[in-house]
Amino acid sequence: MEKTKIRAEEFSFYYSGCRCLNSVTMDIRENTVTGIIGPSGCGKTTFLRSLNRMNDVVLGSHAEGKILLDGKNIYNPDVNVVEIRRRVGMVFQKSNPFPKSIFDNVAYGLRINGVTDKHFIRERVEKSLADAALLKEVEDRLHKSAFELSGGQQQRLCIARALAVEPEVLLMDEPASALDPTATAKIEELIRELKKKYTIVIVTHNMQQAARISDYTAFFMLGELIEYDRADTIFTTPSKKITEDYITGRFG
Amino acid sequence: MNWRRFNEKLGFGVLAACMLTVVFFLVVIFYDLVSKGGSSVSWSFLSQMPRNGMTEGGILPAIVGTFLVTVITAVLAIPLGMGCAIYLNEYASDNQATRIIRMAIRNLSGVPSIVYGLFGVVLFVQFLHLGTSVLASGLTLGLMTLPWTITASEEALKTVPNAYREGALALGATKWQAIKTNVLPYAVPGMLTGTILGLARAAGETAPILFTGAAFFLPFLPGSPLDQFMALPYHLYIMSTQHQAITEVRPIAYGTALVLVVLVFAMNLTAIILRYRLRGVRSE
Repeated sequence: MEKTKIRAEEFSFYYSGCRCLNSVTMDIRENTVTGIIGPSGCGKTTFLRSLNRMNDVVLGSHAEGKILLDGKNIYNPDVNVVEIRRRVGMVFQKSNPFPKSIFDNVAYGLRINGVTDKHFIRERVEKSLADAALLKEVEDRLHKSAFELSGGQQQRLCIARALAVEPEVLLMDEPASALDPTATAKIEELIRELKKKYTIVIVTHNMQQAARISDYTAFFMLGELIEYDRADTIFTTPSKKITEDYITGRFG
Repeated sequence: MNWRRFNEKLGFGVLAACMLTVVFFLVVIFYDLVSKGGSSVSWSFLSQMPRNGMTEGGILPAIVGTFLVTVITAVLAIPLGMGCAIYLNEYASDNQATRIIRMAIRNLSGVPSIVYGLFGVVLFVQFLHLGTSVLASGLTLGLMTLPWTITASEEALKTVPNAYREGALALGATKWQAIKTNVLPYAVPGMLTGTILGLARAAGETAPILFTGAAFFLPFLPGSPLDQFMALPYHLYIMSTQHQAITEVRPIAYGTALVLVVLVFAMNLTAIILRYRLRGVRSE
């Protein structure tokens, strides 16, 4: 069994009086793809955003319990949130390229982290674009606006941008939900490739997608972690009736 | 003609009439100014001192005075207003206190300018011993412009998608880095536009400078920020109502009004061009 990269320990999250996550405990293993599924409003995205403390920016919220990254609680008061977010990258549901050139988008994370060596930046940008399977399509127009790219390319650009700062974990919030089947297939192929180097946690609404790409699958409902196991187990012989009902499409 | 089509035509007609009324007055005012003041505006009118009890000569000191006061207004209102807007929109949490502060700022923009003028006398002229001066007037106008600057800047910040902020944070940016590199570049055009519109309004104000530094007549240009000055709007007020030779100076009054209107128009145009230019850069 793979080494644990992130461990949630009785983690709860409250937002304006409502408990969005209720005492979630689960281990996310290194160099695997962990898929998170569940009906809308079940806390999938909230859980994902807790893993790099992006929920900090949500007003009137607070967290209880622990999220351990390599054994260290990222909710400890002495933890540098900026450092956590560099180590745990994130790709959002709606691709959000910045209104800059393709090159500057990917270089952004390096520059804000204080890298000034132009040669180094150039190499890393090209490497990240290559890792995100985008370099071939854009190498002759790196200095054109990122907005000129198609939806699927924009999302891969956002992945490249996240990879450029060399995170250890990559969080993906329904990265393909706004894309057509071809672009989705490309992203999925990319995710399978990326898990060799990164630990990936992906929220998805698409059951087939979760079955195709995830090694482990967590089923959330109403803020509770209902079932968590290897993906093939979850999708063939789930231990709980409610999980089976959900994945066979009886509700949700 | 059936009822629905009649209704459609009626609605269109009423709205078009509203628009035409507004344009009508704008054209009449401008026509009046140009026809009566156009002949008195010349290079010497713009570049000479008033002479002979202000019945002859130009309006140079008023132009210079208005320019200097506007510069001081800008120096106070731009950094302070933008800073305040950035704090309110990016840092302050949304609670009762900030809601009250926002409401107070909006209300301040409705305070009559004469009240600002009297406040300026008490604070800048007397309490801070700046005397009646360019500085005191500029600061008074700056205070008056602040609510506009803050509100316009906050609106501009609100137009920057949250995804830019979150995207930067998720890459390990600090909050200030995210704001500086990924929010402000896209908000500044809007912030500047709102600010320049506020400055244009300040440049045309009379009441706030009336007690704080504007002079009836000075045969010289202000030599330091603590000197009194002449200003276009106040000069216009004097020439049209307070001068003893009221009919003789009428052309000068019209000329002054024309210069003031053109000046304010030029500032607004600058704001529009600036916005257009920077928007072009942004979507490139």
